[in-house]
Amino acid sequence: MAYLRSILRSGKNAVPAVLRREFHRTLPAAVQVTVRDAIKEALDEELERDERVFLLGEEVALFEGAYKVTRGLWKKYGDKRIIDTPITEIGFTGIAVGAAMAGLRPVVEYMSFNFSMQSVDHIINSAAKTYYMSGGLQPVSIVFRGPNGAAPGVAAQHAQCFAAWYGHVPGLKVVSPWSAEDAKGLLKSAIRDDNPVVFLENEIMYSVPFEMSEESQSKDFLIPIGKAKIERKGNHVTLVSHSHVVSRCMDAAAVLAKDGIECEVINLRTIRPMDMEAIETSVMKTKHLITVEGGWPQFGVGGEILARIMEGPGFSYLNAPAVRVTGVDIPMPYAKHLEENTLPQIKDIVFSVKKTLNV
Amino acid sequence: MQKMLTIISNVLRGSASRNGARVVVSARTYADFTPQATFDIKKCDLHKLEEGPPLQAVLTREEGLQYYRTMQTMRRMELKADQLYKQKIIRGFCHLYDGQEACAVGIEAGINLSDHLITAYRAHGYTLTRGGTVREIMAELTGRRGGIAKGKGGSMHMYTKHFYGGNGIVGAQVPLGAGVALACKYLGKNELCVCLYGDGAANQGQIFETYNMASLWKLPCIFICENNKYGMGTSVERAAASTDYYKRGDFIPGLRLDGMDVLCVREATKFAAEHCRSGKGPILMELQTYRYHGHSMSDPGVSYRTREEIQEVRSKSDPISMLKDRMLSNNMASVEELKEIDVEVRKEIEDAAQFATTDPEPPLDDLCNHIFYNDHPMEVRGINPWSKLKSVS
Repeated sequence: MAYLRSILRSGKNAVPAVLRREFHRTLPAAVQVTVRDAIKEALDEELERDERVFLLGEEVALFEGAYKVTRGLWKKYGDKRIIDTPITEIGFTGIAVGAAMAGLRPVVEYMSFNFSMQSVDHIINSAAKTYYMSGGLQPVSIVFRGPNGAAPGVAAQHAQCFAAWYGHVPGLKVVSPWSAEDAKGLLKSAIRDDNPVVFLENEIMYSVPFEMSEESQSKDFLIPIGKAKIERKGNHVTLVSHSHVVSRCMDAAAVLAKDGIECEVINLRTIRPMDMEAIETSVMKTKHLITVEGGWPQFGVGGEILARIMEGPGFSYLNAPAVRVTGVDIPMPYAKHLEENTLPQIKDIVFSVKKTLNV
Repeated sequence: MQKMLTIISNVLRGSASRNGARVVVSARTYADFTPQATFDIKKCDLHKLEEGPPLQAVLTREEGLQYYRTMQTMRRMELKADQLYKQKIIRGFCHLYDGQEACAVGIEAGINLSDHLITAYRAHGYTLTRGGTVREIMAELTGRRGGIAKGKGGSMHMYTKHFYGGNGIVGAQVPLGAGVALACKYLGKNELCVCLYGDGAANQGQIFETYNMASLWKLPCIFICENNKYGMGTSVERAAASTDYYKRGDFIPGLRLDGMDVLCVREATKFAAEHCRSGKGPILMELQTYRYHGHSMSDPGVSYRTREEIQEVRSKSDPISMLKDRMLSNNMASVEELKEIDVEVRKEIEDAAQFATTDPEPPLDDLCNHIFYNDHPMEVRGINPWSKLKSVS
């Protein structure tokens, strides 16, 4: 009866609504949820939980989100909590940071992190550094979220990965989820965190469904910021990755398994603070390390991991030099064939693993 | 009656000499002074406003003495900072506010401490009016642990309750201030935010973005341009196609007024605050003012303006002299009384400077603290791989 009522009530969103929250006790424990919906759930739950949380960004309200991530939220929460901004990134980012300084908890959406470059001054100078500069007087609780990195066919100005840029800055936390569970648990933690958090989503992942455990369907499900997850255990080589590229690593691992090579795939989940302990523990076991990312090679996330491995206990366990697999060091081209050859493919990861293992 | 007034005046005078200085007992009592007077103030230039602030201001004796004391404290504090900078006890950037005192004091007189305020780097005066003490301001300038930001911020990064600095990036404070105003409206506490910027910053794109959103969303924000005629070394005519800063909010109503007259500033601020609190949205004020020092301590301030100009402003428009003349010529205070205040202020500054030069610097184990708020302790990488430093919230 309740089941019927819910279908009638929620109309076209019936099935996900039923599966998601209120009635999961009567259904199988795990459900399929897309990354997009997981992000939306996180936003919805946090908006409900804390009056001070509000969303702002371009097209987040009436349009329901450029990528439909915020669908339904404006209808539920109204103008005060879901704010459409004019196309003025530096202005609305500054306003959001100011609101955070005065005690609210804004979540700023960038239609693409490429547009956040206009706002970088506020993210870094007004948000990240303030708690320190004020000697602990002025915290800034704010989340900056949006799609980051590659997206199909969007070309150079819309495809840059900002993980290394933001990961460089003390005072920021930088999170890069892969799965739906990652997205939900980490975004909830980011919103509840009293510090500025850069939340790097990825457009390619929005429509990808993942199984969400029963635990992850709880309104208080949180994933701690700063802890990586081992997505696949293995003994021969450690693959460290983040965001959409984790999918490629998992695919490559499946291919390599057929040749008897077992990869340990680590999903970083957080870029800053990075979980070096997880990486080192894995390297001590596998003795081989390859970092895999979509971003540019110079001064990238992989470069940082390799430097830390050199400086830490993991180095003496390596049987081969640790290497990086990255995007090609060029602005992203448009033509499909060129674009495909700019980002790490399964064959590139497989090749690099075999080179490292000398097989 | 006479006896009671004498007692009151003795109490007032006694409480005025906090530091235990010898009180010069004047022969005149409270009853001799004019308790309040009405002054004509200059008319404001108006933009998109039918009426402006009143043309007269009432000043009570208490208010006058308080404004005088605060402006004098600000003046002496900045001059002391000048001295300490030349002795290399203050380092880096130091942007002094002397000449502009009437702005900070007048604005604060027009709002409440429960309102909010943000400004750029010429911020020592506002730190004072917003509740900071001279001691903690000076100790921050000298980078000591007793500084308002524990020595970690310096001249441009001072904060108090409802005062958001002290901001080093020109123009950045304007959207931040509008954000504070958004929070005021969101939380429904009938508070507003005063958002200051200079004539140099007035050309920043993000300010126009902010005007747009503040107006669209009717944020309770008073934008105030402190036009001291020079953005660093560039005069207003060389930087702005339109120097009518009070009009540049376009759809936002604006006022232009004499920023050297504390009463003018106060009345205009009250008018602007009323506008915001009644839900009409933002309003813009341009205060025409002047800084005696150069842009900062590394700028002698004479390569782009003449000494004669500086001298002229000092002799004809000094804000403290203006107030002093008004009070004396209307029998609202005595020369001795004001001199007494000067002596007390001087002592307060000396004590603060003494503290600021003797207080120790922050300890090295404070180096990595205050990265994150309300977080568990973490390790911070030091200068070499073996250096693991600790950070607590």
